[in-house]
Amino acid sequence: MKGAYTWGGIVVVVFASVVGDILLARAMKQVGDVHALWDRAGLWSVVARTLGNSNFFLGVTAMAAAFFSLLFALSWGDVSLVAPAAASLTFIGNAFAAKIFLHEKVDRRRWIAAVLVAAGVALLAG
Amino acid sequence: MNFRKYLVLAGVTVFAAAGDSMLSHGMKQTGNISLHHLQGVILAVVNPWVAVGIVLLLAFFASYMNALSWADLTYVLPATSLGYVLLALVAKFALHEAVSPLRWLGIAMISGGVGFVAGGPSLTSHEHDDEKLPLLAKSARNGAPAEDVVSSGVGR
Repeated sequence: MKGAYTWGGIVVVVFASVVGDILLARAMKQVGDVHALWDRAGLWSVVARTLGNSNFFLGVTAMAAAFFSLLFALSWGDVSLVAPAAASLTFIGNAFAAKIFLHEKVDRRRWIAAVLVAAGVALLAG
Repeated sequence: MNFRKYLVLAGVTVFAAAGDSMLSHGMKQTGNISLHHLQGVILAVVNPWVAVGIVLLLAFFASYMNALSWADLTYVLPATSLGYVLLALVAKFALHEAVSPLRWLGIAMISGGVGFVAGGPSLTSHEHDDEKLPLLAKSARNGAPAEDVVSSGVGR
């Protein structure tokens, strides 16, 4: 039963992180290349355009939700399971979500990378 | 990719790793925080390690947002994972901790994954120029600023 709580917590953490990453990535694509914007209009317009983006706020909210659900998951399960499982499943989830929602061209090269990184993170943190 | 952008990706990696380790060091000094004694959080923030860790993580967030403005999420994410490799190398060579063979395998896998992504284009999310990307990536190596064409067409 404890295992079910732990894995439920991990699923919530992964879901919230993926939603957060996708929203933040979309927000920054809407803001546009900040180097070009910075050179053209200065730092303040970069900050103003980022903070004025609604996807940015939703993304930060989702990231905060991910952080607090991680705290809960850590209180239910061992850190050596929860932290690497959440981190590596987030990598895989992000690759799927970026393909579907951000229309990124996740080719074979990037799939291999996502799997390698996910496995590597699991090994390092475990 | 120009030097400024590589610098931003390096910032993503280094700030995340340094911030996390400072936070973890500081939190071990302050001890456990429970939901019933939330004033412990205030005590934690006053700890200089935690404070510096928070500043570094803010710097990480700024460079992460910067990178996401001109590169794919699936391009930037492996760079964040390079921080784990950095931490393991610091543990081995600066702190002289033992790094197990399994961890070395993990380091090799993450590095390999980053290498796979870094060899490809940084931005693919514009549907209409999907086909042109390999060509543009090649011209970038010859000195033409391909990213500008791919991202938004905004001149510098």
